[in-house]
Amino acid sequence: MTQEAYREMWENLNLDIAAHDGLLGVLGKFYGDIYMSQKGRLQGMEYLDFVLSEVHGLRIKELQDAKAQGRKIIGTFCVFVPEELALAVDAVQVGLCAGADAGKEAAETLVPRNTCALIKSFIGFKLARLCPYTESCDLIVGETTCDGKKKAYEAFSEHAPMYVMEVPQTKTESARALWKAEVLRYMARLEELTGRKVTAEKLAEAIKTVNARRRALQRLNRLRAAVPAPISGRDVLLINQVSFYDDPIRFTASINTLCDQLEERITAGEGVAPKDAPRVMLSGCPMAVPNWKLPYVIESSGAVIVGEESCIGTRNTRDLTDESGQTLEEMIDALCERYMKIDCACFTPNAERLDNVETMAKDLKVDGVIQYALMFCQPYAHEGIKVEKRLTAGGVPSMSLETDYSMEDIEQLKTRVEAFLETVK
Amino acid sequence: MTVLGIDIGSRSIEVVAMDQGKVVEKRQAPTTFNPVAQLLALLDGLDAGLAVATGYGRKLVQDLDLGFPVETITEIKAHGLGAHHLFPAGRTVLDIGGQDTKALSLLPSGRVGKFEMNDRCAAGTGKFLEYTAQIFQIPVRDFGAYALGGDKPPIINSMCTVFAETEATSLMAQGVRPENIALGLHLSIARRTANMLSRVGLVLPLIFVGGVAHNPCMRQLLSEQTGAVIGETLFIPEEPDMTGALGAALWGESLEAS
Ligand code: SF4
Ligand code: SF4
Repeated sequence: MTQEAYREMWENLNLDIAAHDGLLGVLGKFYGDIYMSQKGRLQGMEYLDFVLSEVHGLRIKELQDAKAQGRKIIGTFCVFVPEELALAVDAVQVGLCAGADAGKEAAETLVPRNTCALIKSFIGFKLARLCPYTESCDLIVGETTCDGKKKAYEAFSEHAPMYVMEVPQTKTESARALWKAEVLRYMARLEELTGRKVTAEKLAEAIKTVNARRRALQRLNRLRAAVPAPISGRDVLLINQVSFYDDPIRFTASINTLCDQLEERITAGEGVAPKDAPRVMLSGCPMAVPNWKLPYVIESSGAVIVGEESCIGTRNTRDLTDESGQTLEEMIDALCERYMKIDCACFTPNAERLDNVETMAKDLKVDGVIQYALMFCQPYAHEGIKVEKRLTAGGVPSMSLETDYSMEDIEQLKTRVEAFLETVK
Repeated sequence: MTVLGIDIGSRSIEVVAMDQGKVVEKRQAPTTFNPVAQLLALLDGLDAGLAVATGYGRKLVQDLDLGFPVETITEIKAHGLGAHHLFPAGRTVLDIGGQDTKALSLLPSGRVGKFEMNDRCAAGTGKFLEYTAQIFQIPVRDFGAYALGGDKPPIINSMCTVFAETEATSLMAQGVRPENIALGLHLSIARRTANMLSRVGLVLPLIFVGGVAHNPCMRQLLSEQTGAVIGETLFIPEEPDMTGALGAALWGESLEAS
């Protein structure tokens, strides 16, 4: 990393330079251990290695350049915030990662100790002045998906330019009406922030851009399901993570190139893991950068992850927005429709998720499902019990794990994962 | 050819040597802060064609150059294999070791079905008993017999080792008979363990293995909490702490055969 060149930019963003240097050091080492050590990686992954090595450099520089041209930067924490609207007003949307144990003590002055690691992490990053993305944002959009986040945003708004969308928690007609009202309210806020209007033309283009990215990721998900798996689950997770902050058009093109390489690999019968390696699907809480602990434990125990039923995975890419709308009104309706299909655990009831998990496990012919919940995450812990019952009834072995971002339970996790793999093989 | 089963736990290391399906040698030593040196001392004079290591130190063994190949399996699988070998009729296995408690269900074939493990803390494990026995200034191996002298156990609410000590001390200050407090502490583990067993779907007979299975009070309470009758539907090996190493050796034999 050419850190020196960016120092001034980081200083201007008011980062805590010493702490930030430390973070980059840890991230680099972690990345080396978990990613660069993999055998038989594809050439296409070099793009991702590059994006990640420049995650706090070049990409931030691009954001600053965009700002200089008058574009606004929108930060989000949830796949519920419609990126299409931000693109339609020429803003740049970035997913703010919250996958590392940084600034935890500071975070605990704003939120209770028994709050999930993801929430503590985004607050910690902000309070410790560690994240150049957070510091670049003109607006940070939260959503009322779980109680932890909802209340955390109240405290967070004293430190960041916060806007909160009310995501309904049921899928009734009145909930849909509420969601549409919220989408329109958010659109007005974006128009006010950027001084630009969302037009039918702009929105149609934005819908196509985001759909194209979803299609590329869908293609990747289809290809990785081959036997033997042509790409590791860790790499696909990374791709999904990068999709949240890279430029969507550049990202889509790179992933399609990578998919071409995957096709060649599949034709040649090459894989990253032996044919008979246990196939595992991950299901549950989102995994923000650099939360790679569990995937690493699973894959270094000899299994290969062939699917993520998660917001950093199929929950974010499964459904497309209908592109046939002509008027702005029709397009907004299509957007609302698409986002209401998200099967986040915050919904009640949420039967479609059970169906989705089971279908996915069967389509991918997995040997087992590992459910992942962050400690103190009520919604996913609750659903974990139901998902496990459904999978057991369907003859799919599964195991639930609860963990956080610390490394102290790694040996325990290894034993559990290895024992689970022993039972499914 | 001789195969070795090696179980490196947090408290003790066990080695079982097997030849043609027969156990020819059993050894045990405390883990201490230098498990490698302890293991090498234990292996002194033993020759083998293959070893299978299990327990939290299994990777440690694999990295040593012992002059023969070392495979690894988890302690879950090892205990399942060992317990099934000793008591083929058993359907559920409970292992309370130094730092871990595990419950596993066995399929009729002896394979592990479902399993549960305690969380990262020492609640409900041998460590808990060891720690609380200190309050009574009683060696941990006598603690169970001592607790059996109680008849009215107070409810100990805290499963945290540190807080349980505080609770026990304050009960002493209130004049509760120490034997009763000791019984209460055992009961709190038995209840927690029974919960864990029900989460894997307890089917009798139950096999109780691991170091804590030596404790007569735990045996009795476990029988009360699960309805399993000692000797009929609750089986306890003569040397419960050898089960993991035995299972590992059995796995080695099966690798040999294939
Ligand atoms: S899990 Fe729910 S709240 Fe979290 S990112 Fe996904 S949709 Fe949003
Ligand atoms: S992980 Fe769970 S508790 Fe944490 S923010 Fe997401 S839904 Fe809320």
